[in-house]
Amino acid sequence: MASIKESLSGKLRQYGIIGALVVVVVIFEIMTNGRLLLPDNVASLIGQNAYVLILSIGMVMVIIAGHIDLSVGSQVAFIGGVLGWAMYHWRWPWPAAVALALAIGLAVGAWHGFWVAYVRIPAFIVTLAGMLVFRGLAIVIAGFTMAGFPGGFVKISSGSLPHFLGYAGDFDGVTMMIGVVGVAGMVFAQMRSRATQVKHGIAPEPMAVAVIRLAVISGLALFLTSLLARSSGGTPILLVIVGGLILIYSFVLNRTVFGRHVYAIGGNLNAAILSGINTARTNFVIFLHMGILCAIAAVAVVSRAGAATAVAGANYELDAIAACFIGGTAVTGGIGRVSGAMVGALIMGVLNMGLSICGVPSAWQQVVKGLVLLAAVAFDLVSKRRSKVA
Amino acid sequence: MQDTPILSMESISMEFPGVKALSNVTFKVRQGAIHAICGENGAGKSTLMKVLSGVHPHGSYSGDITFQSSPCHFRSLRDSERRGIVIIHQELALIPFLSIAENIFLGNEQARAGVIDWSKVQQRAGGLMRRVGLNEHPMTRIVDIGVGKQQLVEIAKALAKRVELLILDEPTAALNDEDSAHLLGLVQQLRDQGVTCVIISHKLSEIIGIADSITVLRDGEVVETLHAADGPITEERLIKDMVGRELSSRFPDHVSNAGEEAFRLADWTVYHPIDTERKVVDGANLVVRGGEVVGLAGLMGSGRTEMAMSVFGRSYGTKISGQLYLGGKPAETKRVSDAVAQGIAYVSEDRKRYGLNLIQSVRENMTVAALRNLAKGGVIEAAAEAAAAERLRRELTVKTPSVEAPVLKLSGGNQQKVSLAKWVYTDPDVLILDEPTRGIDVGAKFEIYTIINRLAQQGKAVIVISSELPELIGICDRIYTISEGRITGDVARADATQEHLMKLMTIETKDQV
Ligand SMILES: Nc1ncnc2c1ncn2[C@@H]1O[C@H](COP(=O)(O)OP(=O)(O)OP(=O)(O)O)[C@@H](O)[C@H]1O
Ligand SMILES: [Mg+2]
Repeated sequence: MASIKESLSGKLRQYGIIGALVVVVVIFEIMTNGRLLLPDNVASLIGQNAYVLILSIGMVMVIIAGHIDLSVGSQVAFIGGVLGWAMYHWRWPWPAAVALALAIGLAVGAWHGFWVAYVRIPAFIVTLAGMLVFRGLAIVIAGFTMAGFPGGFVKISSGSLPHFLGYAGDFDGVTMMIGVVGVAGMVFAQMRSRATQVKHGIAPEPMAVAVIRLAVISGLALFLTSLLARSSGGTPILLVIVGGLILIYSFVLNRTVFGRHVYAIGGNLNAAILSGINTARTNFVIFLHMGILCAIAAVAVVSRAGAATAVAGANYELDAIAACFIGGTAVTGGIGRVSGAMVGALIMGVLNMGLSICGVPSAWQQVVKGLVLLAAVAFDLVSKRRSKVA
Repeated sequence: MQDTPILSMESISMEFPGVKALSNVTFKVRQGAIHAICGENGAGKSTLMKVLSGVHPHGSYSGDITFQSSPCHFRSLRDSERRGIVIIHQELALIPFLSIAENIFLGNEQARAGVIDWSKVQQRAGGLMRRVGLNEHPMTRIVDIGVGKQQLVEIAKALAKRVELLILDEPTAALNDEDSAHLLGLVQQLRDQGVTCVIISHKLSEIIGIADSITVLRDGEVVETLHAADGPITEERLIKDMVGRELSSRFPDHVSNAGEEAFRLADWTVYHPIDTERKVVDGANLVVRGGEVVGLAGLMGSGRTEMAMSVFGRSYGTKISGQLYLGGKPAETKRVSDAVAQGIAYVSEDRKRYGLNLIQSVRENMTVAALRNLAKGGVIEAAAEAAAAERLRRELTVKTPSVEAPVLKLSGGNQQKVSLAKWVYTDPDVLILDEPTRGIDVGAKFEIYTIINRLAQQGKAVIVISSELPELIGICDRIYTISEGRITGDVARADATQEHLMKLMTIETKDQV
């Protein structure tokens, strides 16, 4: 019995961040008289915040390894500028332009990775320089705003999956199917990992805890699905992209040798080196990933805005860093999860949207976001301190 | 034993999630005594002292503490220090880039209106340093002095406060014999000046040498408390108390199994990485055959660790010259990954800094050096990894609630086993163990010797670096001595005595040139 309580309180802290998201949502749902969770608002919440979600995936990896990336906002502007240039001046077909953007993202990542990994300049300095360099280049390229892109390109952010399963009432069939299959898959995966643990004689968490946890998460996921299914579009294409990235990178961090090396480097660099881990290559690859994710974010941002401008991506690095820390990533490295950062990003997103709907001026929005960041990290530290004693 | 105890801990119990660290422990210390605590790794020694000093605050444990006849409800280290209880932790807590003097007065700064009074600092630090026999300039940085002297700084730091009860958690674990002797002498001196001392150690002979009373813990319970005044205490008695059974011999039987040459260094020379004109290893020649256990005996700073690390992917030193042969063939190990790939493993002497990732789980630490064996196409096979970690935990008898627990929560000795497990798992041909039994209890030492034997029986070459000469003599086929970076002797087991080895270890090679 004691162990159920202990394990539950441990998990509560781990999932406390989801609780915080729920609280924020409920507060704004009340303050906006139920407008926050209108189906179309939920869909646009995802569209609006796709960039934070995408950038936080890379940022969490960077921070776990003990680095930081201050340049992601500038990268988004620069890569977005190149993307716009290719479609606007060169009249490239949009898939080719997107491919170019990804290649540029890789190149920028390699640039940062080279200085961090092989010259061993702290990432703070390298990316501070990158922030200036790429913002400057963005102004050179996209000083004049470029707009008027092909319909296919704009669809990336505004389009939805086709409704080939028809509707049940006003629920979109495809969206419901994705939601249900996703939840079933998650439950199945959890049960399987539990079975593996038992097989190897590792005591799993108490069944009751697992059931409660799964029930809460599944409930939230299905609730979100049902909202989206009633939105005018159904499942946004961006959501599919973001969801895919989350799955891929969770897998990379949790299950691959590369991911384990990221944690090892952040947790104890000396021990990692003496374990034969090629730390330079790992660091280099981390920044390659960050570059690619910046390129994907640039595609999402340019597509949504319908224009490439030099001022795009202002303060995006701060949003992404804040999302990671709200999501429980350790400032000192070695600890963090993609899922945590995603919840952190959603909290920031809901704040943005809710405050906008309430008509709060953007100056005050910043104040609120800053305080929430501080409160989230303080809560995390205090509860950690308490659990150390108990 | 008529006088009332200065400290009395009654029925202390403390639980961590999944572990009962202390159950119903009653511990009394007499005024002006040296009271030792011993017990196996994870027996609860450090935890008991953390309860006493307020690291685990009042309320997190049950039971009563009385110090100098008044009850204690410490909520932090500061509270206990105010009452004159000072603890020196198992892991030293000095700031490396600050000076000795600054470290001595850390948290206790000699200041007037917030401004440091440097002349007073130096003067008082000088006095304290003389008292502990530390012969250095007070402004020397901590990084520039050896572990032995750092330990003395810790004591000076304690003396800078008003100390009535000094707690030392494994103070000599990282020290060589000479430094240990000095430190123990100092502890006795402090006792004679009226400071009561509690000392935790796995070195039973030194405990018996200085302690007035010894309390043995096992699995969080007190087995018994022995007093020197009641008649001499024997190591056998302590060992039996600690492990719960007689340990007939301190070392497992070892049959020599030397085969083909596995590892050879020829004219190996290494220079200091910063002071690049200084030779740290000077033309070393040594051979280890498969199945052979070879010791490397040298004083701290003699170049033994540096030699091992320079071989291990050039992790130490510059201008490395000479040739390494593996299995009789010339080999290059430019990087650690090359060394690992060619079957060399090096278990560091400093597990916290170089061995373990404390915030990761036991499982992740055990498998990190051989992850590729557990992965297909870069993807780790979770089930295989869990099984491997579980098997290693059992084989090396690591005491942990589960392999998923973070290494941080293990006791010191069990952490050491995890860092050994990590390298055993790489299945190396040449295993270099640097102080493999530092901070490990007698029972676990025996287990580690058994593992070393088993690896040798499998035909692996094992090199053991150790400051404990009896240990080397007990487990090695041959022992090289090293002094000032030079190999000064190659002694067969049959000829090895402590005196002989010590003489070879202290030859001043530079003079002979
Ligand atoms: N902070 C903690 N959280 C959880 N468990 C802990 C914590 N600290 C200690 N333990 C557990 O309590 C038990 C006693 O640990 P303790 O550090 O007191 O052992 P010890 O006797 O000092 O051993 P060693 O000789 O190895 O230093 C161990 O099983 C350890 O895993
Ligand atoms: Mg201990």
